[in-house]
Amino acid sequence: MKIGLVGKKIGMTRIYRESDGSVVPVVIVKAGPCYVTSIKKTVDNGYTSIQIGFEEVLEKKLNKPMLGCFKKLGLPPMKVLRELRLKNDDEIAKFDIGQKLTVDIFKEGEYVDVTGTSIGKGFQGVVKRHKFTGGPATHGSMSHRAPGSIGGTTPPRVLKGRRMAGHMGNRRVTVQNLQIVKIIPEENIILVKGQVPGSSNGYIIIRKALKK
Amino acid sequence: MSKKIIAEIEKKLTPQKEIPEFWPGDEVTVYVKLKEGEKERLQAFTGTCIARKGTGLRETFTVRKVSYGEGVERTFPLYSPLVAKIEVIRTREKNKLAPRAKMYYLKEKGA
Repeated sequence: MKIGLVGKKIGMTRIYRESDGSVVPVVIVKAGPCYVTSIKKTVDNGYTSIQIGFEEVLEKKLNKPMLGCFKKLGLPPMKVLRELRLKNDDEIAKFDIGQKLTVDIFKEGEYVDVTGTSIGKGFQGVVKRHKFTGGPATHGSMSHRAPGSIGGTTPPRVLKGRRMAGHMGNRRVTVQNLQIVKIIPEENIILVKGQVPGSSNGYIIIRKALKK
Repeated sequence: MSKKIIAEIEKKLTPQKEIPEFWPGDEVTVYVKLKEGEKERLQAFTGTCIARKGTGLRETFTVRKVSYGEGVERTFPLYSPLVAKIEVIRTREKNKLAPRAKMYYLKEKGA
């Protein structure tokens, strides 16, 4: 896993490429400033990670145990805490508790992975949830949006993993390899090409791309 | 709240561009940059603006003309670098058109 920031999805807009005039759809992400609140080493915890906090809040918005944590670290109270797993202890050497992380860690043109909670759709049928085709609408058909057969007589049970109706959305989703189109450092804004999971004002984790 | 931030950022990203005041019903000429091999030239498209849609950086406008008896419509992004220049030829009042935000009734009227 790679280093990144916690951010907030603001919404979408578009920008125009000066070279050929093409339209680029972008998501506005307010990322950072984040503060390192905790460092976990493999020696002590069995895995390596840093915990970062995002979005300062009023003291009255947090409970006393949380406030105590921030007071001990000498940091402003923050709303969101997220842990980022890192590869090994060597990577962690660069970070100190209380260190400020900003959009400077990213560059324009770089690729990122964005993790968020997708928009909840409630209980959905197989046509919407798994893109099943459904049955014919007319000609005497009575199976319009039904899943069809879910198995045979052998084995006399339904196999595990069979796609069926159920709850859709509202789960953790990661979109990989999104390009950073523009960074506005003075406002902590990153413009990412394409789509980012979740609704506007949702919290996301934006990390350097794993596979690029 | 987020709409406000989007508007602010769009303001920052909006290129400095001279856009004359024009509204649906006005007759306008739009000069579009075209690339032909290595050369770049301007192509003019003259017609009646029938709609303006969207706000800020996302605003677009639609121009309609009747070419050889066939209606032709083109939608341009207002801030696209390809739209080099917009000229207002005649205002809506002089065009003798009813004041409408969307002039879609023109589609049924002629060609």
